[in-house]
Amino acid sequence: MKILGMNGDNAVAYAMKQINPDVVAGYPITPQTIAIEKFSEYVADGEVDTEFVAVESEHSAMSACIGASASGGRVMTSTASAGLAFMWEMLYVAASTRLPIVMNVMNRALSAPINIHCDHSDSMGARDSGWIQIYGENVQEGYDNIIQAVKIAESAGLPVMPCFDGFIVSHAVERVEALDDEKVKNFIGIYKSEHPLLDVENPVTYGPFDMYDYYMEHKKQEHEAMKAALKIVKDVGKEYEKISGRSYDTLSEHRLDDAELAVIALGSTAGTAREAVDEMRKKGINAGSLKLRLFRPFPYEDIRNALKNVKAIAVMDRCDSFGAFGGPMFSEIRSALYKTSDAEVVNYIYGLGGRDVTTNHIKKVISDLNNISTTGKVKEYVQYLGVR
Amino acid sequence: MVSLKELSKKEEKLASGHRLCAGCAEPIIVRQILSATDEPVIASNATGCLEVATTIYPYTSWKIPWIHSAFENAASTIAGVEACYQVLKRKGKINREIKFVAFAGDGGTYDIGIQALSGAAERGHDFLYVCFNNEAYMNTGIQRSSATPMGASTTTSPAGSVIPGKKEFPKDLTEIMAAHKIPYVAQGSPGFYNDLIAKAGKAFSIKGPKFMNVIAPCPRGWRHPTDKTIEISKKAVETCFWPLYEVENNEYRLTGISKLIAEGKKEKLPIVEYLKMQGRFKHLFTEKYKHIIPEIQSRIDSDWGILKKKCGY
Ligand SMILES: Cc1ncc(C[n+]2csc(CCOP(=O)(O)OP(=O)(O)O)c2C)c(N)n1
Ligand code: SF4
Ligand SMILES: [Mg+2]
Repeated sequence: MKILGMNGDNAVAYAMKQINPDVVAGYPITPQTIAIEKFSEYVADGEVDTEFVAVESEHSAMSACIGASASGGRVMTSTASAGLAFMWEMLYVAASTRLPIVMNVMNRALSAPINIHCDHSDSMGARDSGWIQIYGENVQEGYDNIIQAVKIAESAGLPVMPCFDGFIVSHAVERVEALDDEKVKNFIGIYKSEHPLLDVENPVTYGPFDMYDYYMEHKKQEHEAMKAALKIVKDVGKEYEKISGRSYDTLSEHRLDDAELAVIALGSTAGTAREAVDEMRKKGINAGSLKLRLFRPFPYEDIRNALKNVKAIAVMDRCDSFGAFGGPMFSEIRSALYKTSDAEVVNYIYGLGGRDVTTNHIKKVISDLNNISTTGKVKEYVQYLGVR
Repeated sequence: MVSLKELSKKEEKLASGHRLCAGCAEPIIVRQILSATDEPVIASNATGCLEVATTIYPYTSWKIPWIHSAFENAASTIAGVEACYQVLKRKGKINREIKFVAFAGDGGTYDIGIQALSGAAERGHDFLYVCFNNEAYMNTGIQRSSATPMGASTTTSPAGSVIPGKKEFPKDLTEIMAAHKIPYVAQGSPGFYNDLIAKAGKAFSIKGPKFMNVIAPCPRGWRHPTDKTIEISKKAVETCFWPLYEVENNEYRLTGISKLIAEGKKEKLPIVEYLKMQGRFKHLFTEKYKHIIPEIQSRIDSDWGILKKKCGY
């Protein structure tokens, strides 16, 4: 093990160096740029065997990843915001072709107006594309998630999108415990594709025209693969704990055991929420928090279990779903709890375009929950937090 | 020169029984191109008539490894395949020679796919890109593309009572690709199969990005009888509407009939000979729009003059 001081982007590049993928196709976009630059240096210095393809767009980045993955290679890339939006068409192709591509997303707001800072609109927009989505809280998790993602992707036969917060994680230098190269190598093993395009002796047709007579069966297979991925994520998390000492599951709880009020968040805000919970506990308010790590597949049973005793829940969405009844996580959590819990569930849309969210904001959320729990009345189910 | 006898002995890489229209030039061109190498070939294919009609699940007409991922990215998809090949070869996991080819229509090349093609060419991937130029979006029902000739009626540039079909001349994609200064760029026609196969053979033997633009008559879109495909593809060359030439290491060279025309050994036919065979130009033969034909002729003459000069005539 090595203790390193790295920002999130450098940690992604470092993990990619240890993984030593066959092909990386990349295109720069803030706040992901540092990762792709750093990886290019590893290539230039011969520290990896990777064929690095510096493509002319993100659409081509994902297209090249698809070609390379279908060819039988271990393939990675990373992007953010407009880059992910530009790939949208190809995200579905990658997932439906069942290609185990790993792509880190450094979450950033979408235009317009153009903004380079964090929110989750980019990856949330891709939540139905068939990619497994894992959200990391800090640099250490960012590093750990990438390595696990390779194994998850190749076991599930689905692409994986580990995400973390742009700038807040991508540009923050933190202490990282990096595994030894050998450990990473043994953990991910050797990738063997079932039907590589490069096997010219056994020609295969990838991406045929599929009509109403078969398309739906193929979608059902994808649906089942996504369902099966839930256990794979858990198993890989346990296996990773053995080599790293850090445990990973679909979610993690903070003081939820005896809590009546719960705050749920993804990514870096989960840390802020824990802090706010601790401060409110000192004031005698019975709060807890839940950090959701896995968003796709959605671990609804784990969520039900974790929240079974709470009376009021605040779901923190770092993106809007315009016109919907709340943000994407809110809708899913409410639906997961339907008929299994009579807790009130409210939604806060916060932190858009990098708007800072502090413990004070979350303490206010917990106070709101406390009012709901004592009065039994909800003033507003969906509201913006920290907006003028 | 390839002999027909030799060609007939080669195993077909695209099986018969596909669902392209009778008389479609696309499968003819695929066969001609793929017959030009004996090495294993892997193809990427953009969305379009060829892709749709050769791979209706659970069937496939392809006897070679083949991948379709979307409409605008035949070049970046094959770039990924080729990149993977390079690394696996470097690692000793593959040790045979493999050729890479991207097939796409004019829509997938001149329009929506030009960025991916330009990028892959600039990066120097080792692949041959073949554009089937049937001068419109045929798969979606004959809409205009930037390859559609001036005066042609398509479903989005219909000849109406005030507008005589497409108003603009097409862009010259072959020249755009030559401007990338890649090792090999050529124009071909399936009517002159010897020329086309020789060019494909040359392209396959060269390392790096290669581009071939092939005129591909479409009986549906061009409105001609299905047995006129080859004749029309020859007329395109004989009228200098679609000259046969190649640019090898930046050196321009006319080939086949086009060379003979430039040298005065063969007559250059007037463009009417080409236009009159196709329903898409029918309105140009009416009183109202007949003035368009001389405009087309003068553009062809001027383009031909420029090309001849580049080829040293
Ligand atoms: C991004 C995207 N836009 C539009 C389409 C619809 N589309 C499919 S094939 C096609 C036309 C293909 O034309 P061309 O490339 O010239 O090939 P052809 O069918 O004429 O051989 C279009 C517009 C698509 N599949 N994807
Ligand atoms: S519409 Fe044209 S290009 Fe398409 S299959 Fe028919 S003849 Fe070929
Ligand atoms: Mg076309």
